[in-house]
Amino acid sequence: MIQFSRKFWNILTFTILLTGFLWIRYTATHFGPGTNGKTPAPHQGFLAPDFTAQSLSGEEVSLSSLKGKPVLINLWASWCLPCRKEMPALEQIYQDYRGEGFTILAVNATNQDQIEKVNTFVKEYQLNFLILLDENGEITNAYQLSAFPTSFFISADGIIQEVVIGGPMSEALLRSRVEHLLEISKSEAP
Amino acid sequence: MLPILQIGPLAIQTPGLILLLGLWTGLYLSEKYAVKKDMDPGVLYHLVFWALISALIGARLSYIFEYSQAFIANPLSIISINPTLFNWWAGAACALIFSLWYGQRQNLDFWLTLDLLTPAFATLSLFIGIAHLASGNAFGSESNLPWTIELWGKRRHPTQIYEIISSVVVLGIVFGFINSKKPLSKGILFLMYLVLTSSSKLFLEAFRGDSQMIGDFRLAQWAAWLCLAVGLWFLGKRMIPGMIKDFNNENTQDQ
Repeated sequence: MIQFSRKFWNILTFTILLTGFLWIRYTATHFGPGTNGKTPAPHQGFLAPDFTAQSLSGEEVSLSSLKGKPVLINLWASWCLPCRKEMPALEQIYQDYRGEGFTILAVNATNQDQIEKVNTFVKEYQLNFLILLDENGEITNAYQLSAFPTSFFISADGIIQEVVIGGPMSEALLRSRVEHLLEISKSEAP
Repeated sequence: MLPILQIGPLAIQTPGLILLLGLWTGLYLSEKYAVKKDMDPGVLYHLVFWALISALIGARLSYIFEYSQAFIANPLSIISINPTLFNWWAGAACALIFSLWYGQRQNLDFWLTLDLLTPAFATLSLFIGIAHLASGNAFGSESNLPWTIELWGKRRHPTQIYEIISSVVVLGIVFGFINSKKPLSKGILFLMYLVLTSSSKLFLEAFRGDSQMIGDFRLAQWAAWLCLAVGLWFLGKRMIPGMIKDFNNENTQDQ
């Protein structure tokens, strides 16, 4: 009885593990990894949706024109308290890493804000990175904004590496993420 | 998908809230099971509480070591409550090591403790699936099947729904065993859960669109296969003597 039970169990175990192994082999060749890196979507692992917007100084800027550079897109509004709190850290990071090709696009949700307040805000915090105006909500829609602030860390190949919803982000968080982006960008460079 | 729950000025991260709810519900069910087994439920709470604390400390310390320059510039960030400043793999390792040490120090029965925690594990698995559905993470690969859903720009397998369904089935089986009148040998409940969960992970991972790959293979599938092998081996070792004991007892009673 003991021998039969053990034998039965051993056969059952072997059959289950062999089936599992064959499933892994089969799905490796028949179930591909997909097209995440080529599909635009506001999620980690996907291509960052492209957009063109006017900056506060009046120039037209598109995300695709920055390909080859690690980019942080920060969606914000002047009335949002966490957005205000994280701006000095964003400015500091921009100053520290701009020499290595890192860029910040701070997209203001102008359809939910007032341009005068945006101007005052930028002067108050002495921001030097690009402030883009999303006047009709196209960018916030494309990036499926669910809370202010939301930040997208994008590597040089245009792929979203991380999405941080909410804030304020600490300087250490920003620094560690930007260093990670720069590392990825360097490893991908030809 | 509902990644953020907006209550007035408060923006609550829904997946995090769901995971907390899952942990609380799971622990409540494990406590009830411990009472049923004439065990002190406080032991489980202490174990889980200190394991979570060690996970948090380990995850943060590991992250600090990884990005030490960032923290040298901003030492106050060491105590930041930001949930993204953690290395959760290191945290899980710390929690596991701490739990083993704590269990040995408190003379906890290894297999019995795992059995008592099984309702918590099974419940948490279900809530992880719900959290994935809320965040849109753990999404499926592209497909044209009639039950696919539109997510991240393509029609995809609803892997979060698959995950929830499989977790409900596993949870049902676990509670079927718990409520069964036939007593189980120590460790059987946990090992059943391990075998069922790793089997479903091994099968369902193939439909994921965000798997971590090693060459052509999915890392999670190999991890699940390994867990399945370990689970089956221990299950065989623990279940066969139990089956024979029950068989002998039944024969004795019949005579």
